[in-house]
Amino acid sequence: MKKPNTQPLSLRVPEPSGRPGDAPDFSHLKLDAPGAVERPAVSTAPFDMRDHAFRLVRVLDDEGQAVGPWNPKLDAETLRRGLKAMILTRAFDDRMHRAHRQGKTSFYMKCTGEEAIAVAQGMILSREDMGFPTYRQQGLLIARGYPLVDMMNQIYSNAADPIKGRQLPIMYSSKEYGFFTISGNLGTQYPQAVGWAMASAVRGDDRIAITWIGDGSTAESDFHSALTFAAVYRAPVILNIVNNQWAISSFMGIAGGLETTFASKAIGYGLPALRVDGNDFLAVWAATQWAEERARTNQGATVIELFTYRGAPHSTSDDPSRYRPGDEHEKWPLGDPIARLKQHLIALGEWSDEQQKAAEDEAVEQVRAAGRESEAIGTLGQSRPSVKTMFEDVYATEDWRLVEQRREVGV
Amino acid sequence: MSEQHTFTKSDRRDGVEPDMADVARHEPASTADARPAVQPMNMIQALNSALDAKMAEDPTVLSFGEDAGYFGGVFRVTDQLQQKHGLTRSFDAPISETGIVGAAIGMATYGLRPCVEIQFADYIYPAYDQIVSEAAKIRYRSAGGFTVPLTIRSPYGGGIFGGQTHSQSPESLFTHIAGLKVVIPSNPYDAKGLLTASIEDDDPVVFFEPKRLYNGPFDGWHEKPVSPWKAQALAQVPTGKYVEPLGKARVMKEGADVTVLAWGTMVWVSLAGAEHAGVDAEVIDLRSLVPLDIEAIEASVKKTGRCVIVHEAPKTSGYGAELSALVQERCFYHLEAPIARVTGWDTPYPHAFEWEYFPGPERVAEALKATMKGGR
Repeated sequence: MKKPNTQPLSLRVPEPSGRPGDAPDFSHLKLDAPGAVERPAVSTAPFDMRDHAFRLVRVLDDEGQAVGPWNPKLDAETLRRGLKAMILTRAFDDRMHRAHRQGKTSFYMKCTGEEAIAVAQGMILSREDMGFPTYRQQGLLIARGYPLVDMMNQIYSNAADPIKGRQLPIMYSSKEYGFFTISGNLGTQYPQAVGWAMASAVRGDDRIAITWIGDGSTAESDFHSALTFAAVYRAPVILNIVNNQWAISSFMGIAGGLETTFASKAIGYGLPALRVDGNDFLAVWAATQWAEERARTNQGATVIELFTYRGAPHSTSDDPSRYRPGDEHEKWPLGDPIARLKQHLIALGEWSDEQQKAAEDEAVEQVRAAGRESEAIGTLGQSRPSVKTMFEDVYATEDWRLVEQRREVGV
Repeated sequence: MSEQHTFTKSDRRDGVEPDMADVARHEPASTADARPAVQPMNMIQALNSALDAKMAEDPTVLSFGEDAGYFGGVFRVTDQLQQKHGLTRSFDAPISETGIVGAAIGMATYGLRPCVEIQFADYIYPAYDQIVSEAAKIRYRSAGGFTVPLTIRSPYGGGIFGGQTHSQSPESLFTHIAGLKVVIPSNPYDAKGLLTASIEDDDPVVFFEPKRLYNGPFDGWHEKPVSPWKAQALAQVPTGKYVEPLGKARVMKEGADVTVLAWGTMVWVSLAGAEHAGVDAEVIDLRSLVPLDIEAIEASVKKTGRCVIVHEAPKTSGYGAELSALVQERCFYHLEAPIARVTGWDTPYPHAFEWEYFPGPERVAEALKATMKGGR
């Protein structure tokens, strides 16, 4: 028998803690102190470390000291390489964002505030491993020394574009650098990364896969299929969730982030999960190394939630001042990854403000030089691959339809 | 998958249940030395033989899908592959078509040649994004940097009292996609040769298996007893590996009066329809829709001057529309009568009205007679 409700039903639609004009409010975040989270043995059963899905691994403290059990104890040279790659990534982003404003291309996406993630992870894994990225892991290519001019040629879809003008700017692809072709459809790379890792295991090889997804895209079915497959077949893959708080204009609560942490999604699948300060180069490094060892020793996949903040607009087509407080990024309680690693190196006596300034100038100059080279070939519309190539690579060999249609275009 | 029980029962009523008694049990090609080079096989055995031979030859080939491992698939196409080739070469997958195809794409880009099973074509839609946006596009978007040598097998089509979720013919949803190949065999010999070619192909292939033909060449006369494959020449299948190239049609019956274009179950229905009408039809089994053997179509229509297209899928935007346009573009001045289409209706596939929906030989015969009447 139907009982009357004590109150009428009401629908909850989650809302963020601040909108334009509001003061940023991060009081709801529960942040562990640096060094406070224990480091479980790599062989720990997922069930026995499920609390880690609700904690936050941090290594760098407010004074720039590396503290606690997750300190990866990196040598100064590795730290400097990481810092320089992050600086270069930011300089590249600034330049290409400006190139879009100058009408040199149609689109761009920055990774401001998230540089530590792809740079650290790109340095840890090898080019023999495969990264299945989203559109905000340009730091992986840059950390591995992929030619900036080739990235720009892709962004300009010019005659030297390695992928022949086929894709929207920033959808890079490089097998040689362990960087899988980026899809604009969200989440599709997740089960592919798991399958690639399964293939390595089927063949008895020693290569592993790493992939990234945004907090928003964890709602896609591909995410859940991927976690099921990763757990069932114990695939050697690192499954990153980059929680940068915003999916274009939707805050992470629209993807279910208020009910639980994104890392905790792993628990239901029986996968180990780590939740990590994504703006802390050392914490990202240490967690990735933990997951890497687990994968390489046949113990399967790890889910890592990288807790960060999307400092820039989603893309050049987006204006965040219309949906979030203007100074939220400045007020982000976990700071900026470049500033924090710089502070750490200075605290170690391995770096200085002068060296930082010199590194920034050098990065700008490096980007400028690549820009000159790429723009000499041409920006969008000034130069492009031959029209004939439009009909290539649909199949391994052209069928009669493509031959006829190519002739119809007259090429 | 509770529907399976229902399905199996209606299946039996129609004589489609796996019946291995009428043909000699297929033996693995890997130990084929002492066995005859050719054996009678039904479609299931021929497909199984293709996988078995290919897996024996090439360690990068693997097979997985829902119930497709230990048990060997609900239609038994992957029977014994796990026992012969090992757990990591043939295994069960979670009930996630997105995951099956997504993982297979990853494997293919690694350098394997996965051949996955989607249990029914009606279940393929959750994987559509992975097939259309990923498998089909990866070669192009990476300028050949990454490739996807993937085969997606899936039983399709009606005539088995499967209702709307076990009877559909979704081939035109895939022929429309640049970067995909679409292959549909109509007999055991082609099934084995075409599946082998699909696995060896360096691009993604959607391979639809007409499940009404698994155990016999069903011609649409559903009141008559089911005839077994063993009486057919096209059921005499080499036990070793062989390839039937993609993009080559097979002329099933030569004729002078009218060209019939068909694939899958409709090949046999068309032969029966022509016989019923008493028309000297040339029946062409397209075998692969993409790539399409346009030369064979053109040559035949220019000879006969008439064309009837038969498919199970609904009429609107079916592959018949594409074929009709192609024939019109290329053979217009040879045509003696309007091109006709005999297809499923523009409704979901109904359970109670199986034979009203299914384009049977009588409808084909009517279309052939009307086409013969029409013209100059």
